[in-house]
Amino acid sequence: MPDPMRIRAVMMGEVVDVKILMSHVMETGQRKDADGNVVPAHYITEVTATCKDKTVMSAAWGPSVAKNPYFSFRFKGGAKGDKLSITWKDTAGGTRTDEVTIN
Amino acid sequence: MALPARSTSSLIASLLLALSLPLAAEQTSEEAIAEYHAMFGDENPAELWQLRGEELWKTPRGPREVSLEACDLGKGPGVITGAYAELPRWFEDTGKVQDLESRLVTCMTTLQGLPESEVFAIKFGDGERKSDLEALTAYVVAASRGSRISIPLDHPAEKAAYALGESVFFYRAGPHDFACATCHSESGKRIRLQTLPQLTTKEGAQAAYTRWPAYRVSQGELRTMEWRLQDCFRQQRLPQLKYGSDVAIGLTLYLARKAEGGEMVAPSIKR
Repeated sequence: MPDPMRIRAVMMGEVVDVKILMSHVMETGQRKDADGNVVPAHYITEVTATCKDKTVMSAAWGPSVAKNPYFSFRFKGGAKGDKLSITWKDTAGGTRTDEVTIN
Repeated sequence: MALPARSTSSLIASLLLALSLPLAAEQTSEEAIAEYHAMFGDENPAELWQLRGEELWKTPRGPREVSLEACDLGKGPGVITGAYAELPRWFEDTGKVQDLESRLVTCMTTLQGLPESEVFAIKFGDGERKSDLEALTAYVVAASRGSRISIPLDHPAEKAAYALGESVFFYRAGPHDFACATCHSESGKRIRLQTLPQLTTKEGAQAAYTRWPAYRVSQGELRTMEWRLQDCFRQQRLPQLKYGSDVAIGLTLYLARKAEGGEMVAPSIKR
């Protein structure tokens, strides 16, 4: 099971400021190991954020995103105490969902 | 008169070039690195290691099914606040001067009953091969943020370890006839664009020591002092530095003492 994300969601006036750290190898599929074998691609392809049953952000990612990515965005319509859920899916069929309360 | 589109754009391009060149030249590599670090702000993937380390610290593990919460890092069982700022230190129970990493090994083998081979299976993590030692170190070190380094060298064994560390720091060896001091005892030395800290001065030692362990962006891994020292040995083409050895701990103690009074900010983030 993948490691948990570190998520912070804070009200900044009208908008919710979200900062996420994800634990992921983000292998591009272009690297070779010490024996010359290609390290298979393994990266996050999809990130979605859900608040009150509504998708507030969705992103399509590729192999150029850094290892252990840091991701930040803002959205309107959230309030203190609401739950925000973040999900990622990767090329190996792995997925992880974590939830935080907006404060 | 209207200029043809192509020459207008090339004119703009050459103007931009002329403007940007002197600006770029004015920014030193250190300023550029500082700017790069500022872009991360408080966000540091080291937190992912801290989270995993906290889990490892609090979860009962090993044949004895106990957590590490009874582990004594020098300030009493389970006390981690400020513990790293006072390490390495003498431990009565093992009769040794230990750094954080070797002390964690002691706790994992004696308290939890984990075999040493398992504890040492992954000393330095690589992607999916995660190191428990690095995660635990990150968690414990973060609890010393804001604490001041205090290495009183009260015990004779601590004085001896310091003397060993000092002698190794200045000992020239290997095919390059290098010592730690070759690169780290003068100001303004660098490897490529990386300015090297002058570890023989208080300011230099504090600036360096208080920022390790660190998340290394170029490796995508959190690295501890044990890693930093063994990589310095590799760069000098010296024999491999043994994890938790007297030399590794002596050098760490020497550097910590040089950084006495410095305020811990680690785990930090490095290029």
